[in-house]
Amino acid sequence: MAAEPGSGRLVTELLTGWGRTAPSRASVARPAHLEEVHAVLGDPPSRGAIARGLGRSYGDAAQCAGGTVIDVTGMAKVRGFDGERGVVRVDAGISLGELTRLVLPLGWFPPVVPGTRHVTVGGAVAADIHGKNHHVDGSFCDHVEGFTLLTPTGTVEVTPDSEPDLFWATAGGMGLTGVVGEVTIRLQPVETAFVRVDTERACDLDDALARMEEGDHRYRYSVAWIDCLARGASLGRAVLTRGGHASLDDLPVKVRPKALRAEPRVVGTAPPWAPQGLLNQASVRAFNTVWFHRAPSLERGRLQPLHRFFHPLDAVQGWNRVYGERGFVQYQFVVPVGQERALAHAVERLSATRCPSFLAVLKRFGGHNDGPLSFPMAGWTLALDLQVGPPRVGPVLDELDEVVAEAGGRVYLAKDARLRPELLPVMYPRLDEWRRVQAKVDPTGVLRSDLARRLGLVERQGVG
Amino acid sequence: MRDALGRPQSLLLLGGTSEIGLATARALVSRRTRTVLLAGRHLDALEKAARGVREAGAERVEVLAFDADDTRSHAAFADHAFTHYGDIDVVLLAFGVLGDQRAAEEDPERAVALLRTNMVGAASVGLHSARHLRRQGHGTLVVLSSVAGERARRSNFVYGASKAGLDAFFQGLGDSLWGSGVRVLVVRPGFVRTKMTAGLEPPPLSTTPERVGDVIVRAVETGAEEAWAPPPLRFVMIGLRHLPRPLFRKLKV
Repeated sequence: MAAEPGSGRLVTELLTGWGRTAPSRASVARPAHLEEVHAVLGDPPSRGAIARGLGRSYGDAAQCAGGTVIDVTGMAKVRGFDGERGVVRVDAGISLGELTRLVLPLGWFPPVVPGTRHVTVGGAVAADIHGKNHHVDGSFCDHVEGFTLLTPTGTVEVTPDSEPDLFWATAGGMGLTGVVGEVTIRLQPVETAFVRVDTERACDLDDALARMEEGDHRYRYSVAWIDCLARGASLGRAVLTRGGHASLDDLPVKVRPKALRAEPRVVGTAPPWAPQGLLNQASVRAFNTVWFHRAPSLERGRLQPLHRFFHPLDAVQGWNRVYGERGFVQYQFVVPVGQERALAHAVERLSATRCPSFLAVLKRFGGHNDGPLSFPMAGWTLALDLQVGPPRVGPVLDELDEVVAEAGGRVYLAKDARLRPELLPVMYPRLDEWRRVQAKVDPTGVLRSDLARRLGLVERQGVG
Repeated sequence: MRDALGRPQSLLLLGGTSEIGLATARALVSRRTRTVLLAGRHLDALEKAARGVREAGAERVEVLAFDADDTRSHAAFADHAFTHYGDIDVVLLAFGVLGDQRAAEEDPERAVALLRTNMVGAASVGLHSARHLRRQGHGTLVVLSSVAGERARRSNFVYGASKAGLDAFFQGLGDSLWGSGVRVLVVRPGFVRTKMTAGLEPPPLSTTPERVGDVIVRAVETGAEEAWAPPPLRFVMIGLRHLPRPLFRKLKV
């Protein structure tokens, strides 16, 4: 049982990320006020502490084995709103879904949303999340005007101008520079709760890349779903969905009075348990094939509610359980522009390995920002889910890591659960720079996570 | 830390010259394990074993003095091992002696010594390790039991009894650690061709330290609580366990 926020009680819990792998036990604090966060950081457990939001990181980023996990979801209020500029100040524990619910009727929308609305603003900062608009708008922290950061050495108001090093070390810093308290975000104006979507099929990977290169600049949002089980001439066949916020004029007259109304629907809940073998090559291949042929080969201007466009999987609660007892890993990497061959190699390897994988997501990124650990870079990112179980999954992903590193790319730490630690400095060449900033705010090593321990993100202490 | 695929990064091997233990260490090192601690009585032999583990690719191999029979030293030993080398993802209890059944029957002191090493020593260091693993919030405690513990045979019931006791002890410990983030894995090899069994006639389904090592690695990765090496022995032992005594006595085992 989770403790009531603000009760000051610590409850020990076995925690995992969204992929449900590598559980570890920690004391969980559920503060209702930032003073309680201070109290934890001021009297830190010997094995450290880390903030946790809604647990949507796939791997072990929000776990701290033997230490304390600070669940910030009990602090989720809106602190201020400037309706002129569309700037909002919120507690880091508020979810993007809740924020959307509050600001959408006023004609505003978060600047960047990921594939689920169930992420906290604090987590969005810590992972410097990206969305389907990265090629136009960059990542989440590009729209953050500032935040309060509670560190073991004190509380700081951080803006890109006042504390650029700390700001950018926190953007994508996976919570290891401190607990984010309140965040000021620039929202984007919208006229409706709909997206005008163009859909087209691409017959193979080259076709998909060419279409995205050629046409992405015409769209605010762009993503392609790739069938990684297709083989031969269909290797890398994809469905592109691209669009932009619908204006009032785009809506039928009848709908216009309710243009900003959006109610995300939950159509079902995944069963509490699924057999380990439910997803196999045959069932997943069949799904992918049906899905590919169901998509229109070309369709323009279809109006879709925001939630269905951005968060289709949120309609099924607990979908992560269908991968069975041992869970799954989401593998997401980016390779720079010009390294399309590495991308093709990865898709070929995944197809040849026949690890059952539902549709992979392909996206063309815009540039990178100043965050040393921020994931996006100008290039191509591919994300796919793989069930844990088949012994070949480990070696294949290890091999892909090498390909990605060789190509000058990297894997996304918010998704990672298995990277070979030696590759971390290769993929994130500014790691030492980040470590220096981290060590300055956390000289005694209070901020720790399983991810940090596994990858040696923060130089390990007490190791001989 | 264990990763999402269950691959550990560090190993404490108790019985640091055990052939099964070292084969397991090498198999782990070929995956994600970088730190290996070899603990045992004979430092020279441990140093030699350490070289082999380094050659297999481990970044850090340390040798620690450990005596299973000296249970009073176990607390300090575990405190040292768990505070100086970072997190320990896997503790593998691989020490043990086969003993000489006939000598043990004639000299009960020898039987007592065998039970002390295989069972009392393992229980003691197992509890001390469990205390640290629980605090750590994650980890796997692996113990080498034996199919000999599943049904006592007159030809080696002292050894069999020591493994039966150990097996029951660690099953119970595993249940008591349930939910702590720590798992206990009980491994039951059959006849393994090692220096411990040199000179004995290998029965059917005999195996090698490398194969047992592979079974252990896979079981650690999948989070299993029991494993047999080779795996089909599980079903052989189900049969043997249920064989009526008069029949079992007639078997030449």
